[in-house]
Amino acid sequence: MATVPQIAPNPVPPAPEPVEAVQPKKMGRFNVWDTPWFNTRLLVGVGIITVILFMGVIGPIFWDTDLASERNLEARRLPPVGFTSIRGVEGTWDHPLGTNNFGHDMLAIALVGAPNTFILGFVAASIGMLVGIILGFTSGFMGGLVDDIIRLAADITLTIPALMVLIVLNSVFDRIDLLTMAVIISAFAWPRPTRQIRAQVLSMRESGYVRMARLSGASNIDIMFKEMLPNLIPYLFASFISGATGAILAAVGLETLGLGPQGAITLGGTIYDAYTNLALSGNLWWWWGVPTILLSIMFVGLLLINLGLDEIANPRLRRGKK
Amino acid sequence: MSEMLLQIRNATKVYTQRAFGGGKRQVVALQDFNLDIPHSPATITTIAGESGSGKSTLANLVLGFTRLTSGQIIFNGQDMTTATSAQQREYRRDVQAVFQDPFGVYNPFYRVGHVFDMVLKNFKLAPNAAKARDMIEEALNIVGLHGEDVLRKYPHQLSGGQRQRIMMARAYMLHPKLIVADEPVSMVDASLRAAILDVMMRLRDNGISFLYITHDLSTAYQIGDRIFILYQGAIAETGSTLDVIDRPHHPYVQLLVKSVPVPDPNIKWEGTIELPAEEEMRTSQKSGCRFYPRCPERMDRCLTSAPALYPVGYSEGHVASCFLYDKKVKASSIQ
Amino acid sequence: MSTTDKAKNTVLEVEDLRVYYETPKGDVRAVDGIDFTLYEGEILGLVGESGCGKSTAAMGILQLIVPPGRIVSGEIRLDGVNILDLDEEGLRKLRWSKLALIPQGAMNSLNPTMRISQQIEDVIRQHEDRQKRKSKQAVKKRILELLQWVGLPERIYDMYPHELSGGMKQRACIAMAIALDPSVIIADESTSALDVVVQRVVAQTMLKVKQATGVSMIMIGHDMGLMAQMVDRIVVMYAGNIVEISTVEHMFRNPGHPYAQLLIESVPSLKERKPLKITEGITHDPRNPPPGCIFQLRCPFVMERCRTHKPVRQEIRPGQEVACHLYEKQEDGRYIDVRDVATNS
Repeated sequence: MATVPQIAPNPVPPAPEPVEAVQPKKMGRFNVWDTPWFNTRLLVGVGIITVILFMGVIGPIFWDTDLASERNLEARRLPPVGFTSIRGVEGTWDHPLGTNNFGHDMLAIALVGAPNTFILGFVAASIGMLVGIILGFTSGFMGGLVDDIIRLAADITLTIPALMVLIVLNSVFDRIDLLTMAVIISAFAWPRPTRQIRAQVLSMRESGYVRMARLSGASNIDIMFKEMLPNLIPYLFASFISGATGAILAAVGLETLGLGPQGAITLGGTIYDAYTNLALSGNLWWWWGVPTILLSIMFVGLLLINLGLDEIANPRLRRGKK
Repeated sequence: MSEMLLQIRNATKVYTQRAFGGGKRQVVALQDFNLDIPHSPATITTIAGESGSGKSTLANLVLGFTRLTSGQIIFNGQDMTTATSAQQREYRRDVQAVFQDPFGVYNPFYRVGHVFDMVLKNFKLAPNAAKARDMIEEALNIVGLHGEDVLRKYPHQLSGGQRQRIMMARAYMLHPKLIVADEPVSMVDASLRAAILDVMMRLRDNGISFLYITHDLSTAYQIGDRIFILYQGAIAETGSTLDVIDRPHHPYVQLLVKSVPVPDPNIKWEGTIELPAEEEMRTSQKSGCRFYPRCPERMDRCLTSAPALYPVGYSEGHVASCFLYDKKVKASSIQ
Repeated sequence: MSTTDKAKNTVLEVEDLRVYYETPKGDVRAVDGIDFTLYEGEILGLVGESGCGKSTAAMGILQLIVPPGRIVSGEIRLDGVNILDLDEEGLRKLRWSKLALIPQGAMNSLNPTMRISQQIEDVIRQHEDRQKRKSKQAVKKRILELLQWVGLPERIYDMYPHELSGGMKQRACIAMAIALDPSVIIADESTSALDVVVQRVVAQTMLKVKQATGVSMIMIGHDMGLMAQMVDRIVVMYAGNIVEISTVEHMFRNPGHPYAQLLIESVPSLKERKPLKITEGITHDPRNPPPGCIFQLRCPFVMERCRTHKPVRQEIRPGQEVACHLYEKQEDGRYIDVRDVATNS
């Protein structure tokens, strides 16, 4: 920086008035929480999902989850608190969300079932994502015949009606548990991530920094995992969320048809139990109502996360000031 | 070890394109190119030309991103087409590059220090972390950047000029013999270019030769020692930079020099030039001089055979590929 | 020749234009209060480094700013009408017919699936006066006329963009800009991507068009050599502010503002080798400009007053307006450079 030369005071009219800068909206309104990462939708969505997962962790401490599977013949068909069933029975705080035909406590079912459904979705999506990364990278990086084969496989899998195949697969296996079900569903969760990652790899392959990496002596593995993969993280996030949504949907679909994992309590399975036990005519609306509402909340949560991530990726969607 | 660092002999690169409406088209990107860069003294050799001249092709050939159709690239006496992989690795280290786009060369996920870390690790340049720090600091100083905090920044937080200088520092750290600089300043603001050009001259004074690829004659004039002006894959004129630009002989080079806008409002372009539309689009001349369609001095001879490089001007090594300077023709026309 | 001698018609007047971009950490002041006038029939050059706001200013004039950017304040008067007050329909009538733009990279934005004739026709149809629709023959005639003016052969009419070279595409874009005979054309870096010889042809085409139609132009660029060849006056911007407006002769012979001096000094010439002038880029945070003069952090002549008082643009001599505390008005109305005073006393 140049030193300031001292100038003799000037015998001329005083300096012009300092110009008042227009005050833009400054730091007061914007604080560190106001980055695009913390937009409303994302926060609400994450909040919802966190609460639900929390339920699974904290729930058993405060509420006896064995009530979900213990038959309690005295407390059957109780409506939720504050309601009266057609039979004229009133709900009690002993069973805040009511009980079903067998006396199972609905709150306990919710506390166990919701996290289960989630775990199923997440595991399926994770497997799908892992396969997607491996196949997507291989396909995009190597090109040629390998690329053609992988792409063909992905495209075929995308066009097969997933639910039908899953129904067949499920009926083949006798007793399936939660994790097995997740693996089965992941058979249809891998094509989309594979295609997405492949597309990204193709465009990154020609980029300046990959060229530079080659000039810097990087090996192919280095380039794939150290240069390309980190830039994929936003895509992987979004892909994962939509994969999980899809997986949960598929899982619920199967469960409601009675093809869900036996032995594990799931929301869809509860719905299945409800209508097969004539809860509809027996007017035990809370039996299928509680899981339905919970599922709706979960999907809304996932949707909000997706929209929130969209807003981060595309600055134009951020609500501008007028 | 030969005394020539890089020798390019009759380098030719032909691309086969699928033309619209079927059929194939041969595009001769580079034709019989010859170049010698000595070990010392280190020099800045400029390859100048417009789009389609073949200068980018030359850069890609020297960097090994594409292969020659015919001809040889001889580095340190070793023909690169027959080089072993160990020799190729040596070549990778001895020949580095700085590219045109100062943003795309950085991985946006990492801080800019990453480009140094990669090089240090892959080429095992430093035995320990302290020595590595020293090397990075020395490299930064030589390009005029100070303080390690620039390493902690992300690429988007620096200006184009700073990013290019960091790329130069990275290249310097490998102590290469040759740096191929492909349009290093064209995407940098005019007022910030001087810093980068200055770095190139400083590195040259430190013993690193440059192959400076550009379309901008003004910057070439400021820093180049030797210049090659290419037109559609062939050398139009070559010699020392001052000679070629002060006294151009090839009609194309004369046109080029005249068309550079002079930063003086009182010196405007003289007259207008007509650019016949057909010639704006690239012609793949099979024979004869490539500049024939646009040349104001063309002769019948130029259509049938391609001129060789004839000596012109006053200094050694100043040659132009134009029949106007074929002494035999001159001699015969005087009779 | 002094341009202030003639009584010039004002075609475009920009007053206190501010365009800010919203970011989580505060507004980026891309254009922070600029005023200038464009006279009839002149070419005004707009120069500055990346990030100085010249392209944003052009977008602002055409009302093409999208969120997260917004026009905070200002008036833009075209033929006396403040166009910032116009609604969408009013703007549609204005764009292309009175105010045209050749954007950066225009030649790459040509629709690859449409013939050149179709694209020019589209522009004409979109923005012409709906009351006075031209017939098909009239449009065709006009397009051929336009192609001729920009020096393109007739057969370009039926061609697709990929069949043309860069220079030809750019000239097609110029043809599109003059299609409806606008009063003002804003050309943003319209020759940057072109080869030297083609650049000269395109530049000379633009000059020819100006001579023939009397259109006024704002040329945005950073090639000072090109500016010297083409423009009448130059506006120098730095970090969202205008620091100098001078005739092209004054700019090259005796630039007033220290930043303008820097720009002139960093122009390489083909005539002589001179030592390179090295300088840094914009150094302050565009969200938080320093109080006082915008250039204070880089100015080699910075004084105490520069830190607190923002200099007002003054006409230090006919044809040269500078916003800098180095120039002080004397009682007799003349301006002196305080550096001269310091050395003389």
